[in-house]
Formats: sequence, structure tokens, C-alpha cells
Amino acid sequence: MSMQDTPDDAVGRRHDDRSLRERIGAALRSRVALGVALLLTLVVFWILGQRNGASLSDLLSLTVWGIMLGGIISLGAIGLTLVYGVLKFPNFAHGALVTLGAYGAFTIASFLPRGPVLLPFSFGWELLAAMVLAMPAVSLVALVVDRVLFRPLRQRDASLVLLAMASLAAAFFLRSSIYLIWGPDFLFYYPGRANPALHLPLGIRIQADQIFVFVLAMILVALTWLLLERTRMGKAMRATADNPDLAQVRGINTERVIAWTWVLGASLAAAGGVMYGLASQLRPEMGFWLLLPMFAAAIMGGLGNPVGAIVGAVIIGIAQQVSSSFINPAYGPGVAFVLLVIVLVLQPQGLFGKGGD
Amino acid sequence: MEPVDLARASFLFLPLVLLGLLVFPGRPVLRLLLAVVAAAIVALVLPLWLPRGILTYLASFSTMAGIYAILSLGLNSQWGLTGHVNFGVAGFFAVGAFTSALFTTKMPEGALAAYSQQAFGLEWPFLAGVLMAGIIAAFVGFLISIPVLRLRTDFLAIATLGIAEVIRFIFQNERWLANGPQPMRGIPRPLDCLFADPACSWLPARVANWLAPLSPRDYVFFYLVVVALIVAVVYLALERIARSPWGRMQRAVRDEENSAAMNGKNVTLRRIESFVVGSFIMGVAGAVYAHYVVSIDYSHFNPLFATFIVWVMLMLGGSGNNKGAILGAFAVWAVWSGAAFVIDMASPALRAISADLPSRGAYLRWMLVAILLGGIVLFRPQGILRERKKVSDFLPKDE
Repeated sequence: MSMQDTPDDAVGRRHDDRSLRERIGAALRSRVALGVALLLTLVVFWILGQRNGASLSDLLSLTVWGIMLGGIISLGAIGLTLVYGVLKFPNFAHGALVTLGAYGAFTIASFLPRGPVLLPFSFGWELLAAMVLAMPAVSLVALVVDRVLFRPLRQRDASLVLLAMASLAAAFFLRSSIYLIWGPDFLFYYPGRANPALHLPLGIRIQADQIFVFVLAMILVALTWLLLERTRMGKAMRATADNPDLAQVRGINTERVIAWTWVLGASLAAAGGVMYGLASQLRPEMGFWLLLPMFAAAIMGGLGNPVGAIVGAVIIGIAQQVSSSFINPAYGPGVAFVLLVIVLVLQPQGLFGKGGD
Repeated sequence: MEPVDLARASFLFLPLVLLGLLVFPGRPVLRLLLAVVAAAIVALVLPLWLPRGILTYLASFSTMAGIYAILSLGLNSQWGLTGHVNFGVAGFFAVGAFTSALFTTKMPEGALAAYSQQAFGLEWPFLAGVLMAGIIAAFVGFLISIPVLRLRTDFLAIATLGIAEVIRFIFQNERWLANGPQPMRGIPRPLDCLFADPACSWLPARVANWLAPLSPRDYVFFYLVVVALIVAVVYLALERIARSPWGRMQRAVRDEENSAAMNGKNVTLRRIESFVVGSFIMGVAGAVYAHYVVSIDYSHFNPLFATFIVWVMLMLGGSGNNKGAILGAFAVWAVWSGAAFVIDMASPALRAISADLPSRGAYLRWMLVAILLGGIVLFRPQGILRERKKVSDFLPKDE
């Protein structure tokens, strides 16, 4: 399976003898057009929200919440896009890693002594410690799954479909483990503890926790960026994502790079899960619900491109939240799907992907 | 032999003949003869040998496995024939089930209308509902295929997973369409008057007398015949298709897309066609399911029950092999159903591990199926029965 459907040069060379219709088609299938289309979608969502009686400050609040949600989605999407880039298959088990992180932190936190509430937030330091401990724990799970399932397939040069199928099996295996260990009921990190909204200028209402979630997400994203851009391992990762054979020829230990990719992806997924659990509640399907937005964000930003995944995640987060002002909020993942279809139709390489125009 | 058992045995005859035709090798005439004789013997021996309750269970097991066989055959016509990775089987299954339900039910009236809402309610006959289910599911498949089938396999997998979720959300949230999150009840069962006390008025007296000892609980024996016939029709159609020029073209598109395109085949169109065919079959499976369980709601069509397990069935039986698809459906459904008994029996041991575990035993079955799929992918990706690469009866056998 090649990574791109159209070779780069095939489009550029035929510039002169294209008809007007072809030119319009090509212009529509460009990155700029995709960006404009996505922006237009957001604007339409805003207008629809206003038509349905949402006030300006409501819409602003929703937009800010959307950015927060985007922060959570981006933590999952970065891992997804890295695994996609390095291992070249869609990892349907990534949602389960998110859930596992949330539940793992829940159990770890229950063993830690409960500290005072860190006002104005709703949690104490034990949740932060639990999150930091859950990240390596989930990484370990990801590494074990890779060793048992994905590595033998990789060594056999299995097709993309088989790897995707294997990841689906892993997803259901992890999900059933979560059901077996923690049960199907909702859990809360701090049952009954309220986190009143802060009132910001322009009538924006937002919880302190949400700000925390976003800031932490941004810090983790920045650290990931530093790791990818500044360290040897990051460079090796990017090189492997770009061209695995060439990277191997140049003396990069691909298996080590893959292991670190899993560690990075799983850690971010775990952190994302904790934050998602803090923002709402813990449910065994939470990661599965995030899977579609995460995939949409990763594809929108261009597969293998972490910065693109963040941009995609924020767009999807905003779209999901603003859409709740005019349609049933239960359709949130559906909104992500609609955006995904727009991307796939206009520019499957995504906003920042390689190839295309 | 009592009249009850004899009447039940008469319903088992036809499914057994079809099973025999599927299993026995040899020339057509000989095969038919063999199948009829074997089916007659087995149909008469089974009621004598097995207690009535077990036989009823076996019939309902086979009915459900047959429904899954239709789904698995539908998936095979997409994945096996053309290589589409459809992770949204649940969506087409749901569209089929709800379509048939909406078209064949009566509009709720009077007090019922207060807490049960739905659209359509046309009171169509069963077969018309099934056909409509297939058509609407095929139409949904067609709409989806336009944007996504031009794309890479992995995008198709993600997009179909998404569409199945969206379809489930719609049936979960739209009250006016199919009673929202509440189940849609009262889906009519075809010819269930056969088992009512004053049997259908049009029935000849001899048949009515023959069926008189049966109670409505024995309806599943009749439905098994319906499911077996539909499986047979779908199977024959797919076998015919696979050997037709169109089927050869599909395989060419699957194996050597560029060569097929170079030979003047419209690859995109061919891919859309086979996706639509598969969606149609899945829709039919949904309709057959809806009329069997009588009451459906959105939760029946979750990714586990309706997508994941179907993939395990097809992968186990053998992708690209229609017999394998049926075999896989029965085998995995047997594992799934059997695991329930085993887990039930093992519940004291589970309680010893953790007090919560027995009540969560159902999830052990998920785990089992997940491990099964992992094992298939790792150790036997081609499944039990390999794909037969026979393209024509007039060519000498390959291999």
C-alpha cells in the first residue's frame, strides 16, 4: 500500500493543458481550499448557533471549551499520528490506551494519601502524581501489546489490513480487561466535588479545571515537540516515519524507535485520558468515543505530523462544542466524522501532510 | 413418536437438506439425493435423541448463527471479493433492521402512541420489508462509497467505523424516527399465525392439523427455515457472482488494481458496486434479525456484536471463501454461546478471584473473541478454508 495516491510530480507537470474544469477541481482539492472549507464550517456552526438563540457570550464560552476539548483530543491524536507515521497502520487500540490511562490513574490515586484540594481546581496533588505514574504503566501495556501482537506481524511484513485488524483485536481485549477490572459503571475521580465556573471578561464562563487541562495539554505538546525536534531519538523517529528503509540503512535502530514511539504515544494517551476523566467522568467506552475525533484530527493535520494533529484537534474540539448549541450534543463524534469526510473529499493528505498540491 | 416431535422434525428437514448440499461433495444429482436422505434421517433422529428444550435451543442457536452467516457473507462480498475494509458492518445491519421494522409495523395508536413514536408504519409484508431493508442499506452504502472508496484502505476503515457510530447515534437520539433510545417493539413475525391456536384461516385443514400440537414457542423452527432459505439464496448468488465476469473483474481490481485500470476497467465504479452489493446483503441480515427478535433498539448494533464478531467469523472461516464465511459464523457463534455456559459454570471459581467477577463474566467472552481474532491474525490469517481461485468451470483445476 503506497502512502500517497497521486505521485507528486504527476499533478505539477500538466499545468498547461488542463481545462478550466480541471483547474477548478484542482484548486478545490488544495490545502488552502481545505483550510477555507474548515473555517467556513466553523463560521456556519457559529451562525447556526446564533440562529438557535445562543448569545454571543455563550458561543464564546463554547469556543473556549472547544479549544480545551481540542487540547485533550490532541494528546490522543499526537500518539495516533506518530504510530501511524512510524508503523504505518491505523491503531484502533489507541482509544483503549486513553481509557486505560484514566482508569489506571484512578486506581493509583486511590492508593495515594489524599492531599488538600488545590484551589481553585477540584483535585489534589495525588491526581497529578497518579497521572505521572499512569503514563509509564500504560506505556508498558502498549509495549507488551506491541511485542506480542504487532512485532511478529511486522517481521512478517504483514499487510496494513492485518495490522489494523490486530489493533482492533487489541482494542477489544483491552476494553474487556477494563470492564473486568473496573466494571461497567461510571466512576468519578472526586465524586460530588463541584468545580464552580470562573467568570472571565466577555461573559465567558469556564471551570478552573478546564484551564488546567488545556495548559497541561499544551505543556505536554510543547515537550513532545522539543523531543521530536531537538533530541536524537526525536530525529530518528521523524526519519523512520519519513522513510523506514533509509533510516535503517543509516544505522537507526528501527525497533528502538518503534518502542519509543509507543512509549510517547501511550504516555500522551494516558495523560489525555486522565484529563478527559477529570473534565467529565470515567466510562469504559470513553476512549472509543474519542477514537473518531482523534482519527479525524490526525488525518486533518496530515498523518505523521504532530503539529498538524494539534491544529486538527483544536478545530474538531471547537466544532464539536459549538455544534452543541444547535444540535443534540450526543452527535459530537458525528460532527468529527463530518469534518473528516470534508477532509477526505477535498485533500486526503490533510492540512500539513506531504504530497498533493 | 409424538405428533409434536414429528411436526418439529418436519421443519428441520429443509435446513438440513441445505446444509447437506453445502457439505457433501460430488455430482449435483447424487448430492441432492444424499442430502435428502441424510436430512430425513437426522431430522427424525434428533427429536428422539435430544430433549425438547435442547432441540429448541439448537434451533434458535442455528437461527442466530444463520443471521450472522448472512452478515458474514455480505462482508465477504466486500472484503473477500474486492478488498474493502468495512469496519462499519453494524451501521448497515442497523439500517436494514430499522428499515424493515419501520416499513412492516403498524403506526402506534391510542394509549400506545403516547410513549411509542415512529415514522412510516406502512404494514408491509415481511418479504417487502426485507427487500426494502436491503435497498435502503445499499443506498446508504452507495452514498458513503462516493467520497471514501476512492481513498486508501485505511481511510475506508476509519470512515466506515465513523458511519456506523453516526447511524447508531441517529437511532439512539431521534425519537420520531424509531422511538429514540426506547426499543421499537411489536415488529411482526412472518406467518406467526401458523403457531397460533386458531391457525391462519387460509391454511388447508390437513396442514393445520399437522401443526396443531405446536405452540407459539416453537415459532423458531419455522424461522430457521426462513433464515436457511435466505442464507442459501445469498450464498448461491455470491457464488454465481464470484465466477461471473464481474466477479473476476472484482478480483482483478483487488489483486492488481493498476493492471485492471490499464485494461480499461473503471476501478472506482467496480469498487463502489461491490460495496453496494455487500451493503445490500447486510441490510437483508438486519431485517431478518429484526423480525426474529421482535424488539430492537440502538444498543443491539454496537461495534462488538455487529462489526467485530462478524470480522472474526469471516477471518476464521476464510476470507474470500463463501463456505468459510458460513462455517466461521457457526463456529464463532458456537464459541460465543458455549462460553456463556462455561463462564456460568465457572462462576464459583471466578467469585474466589474477585466478588465482582461473576457479574462481569460476559466481558470474559469479549476477551475470548478478541484473543481468537489475535490468534487468527498471528497464526492463520487465511482462515480455515482458503479462497478457491477457480474462475471458470471450463478451465482445468489449478493447484
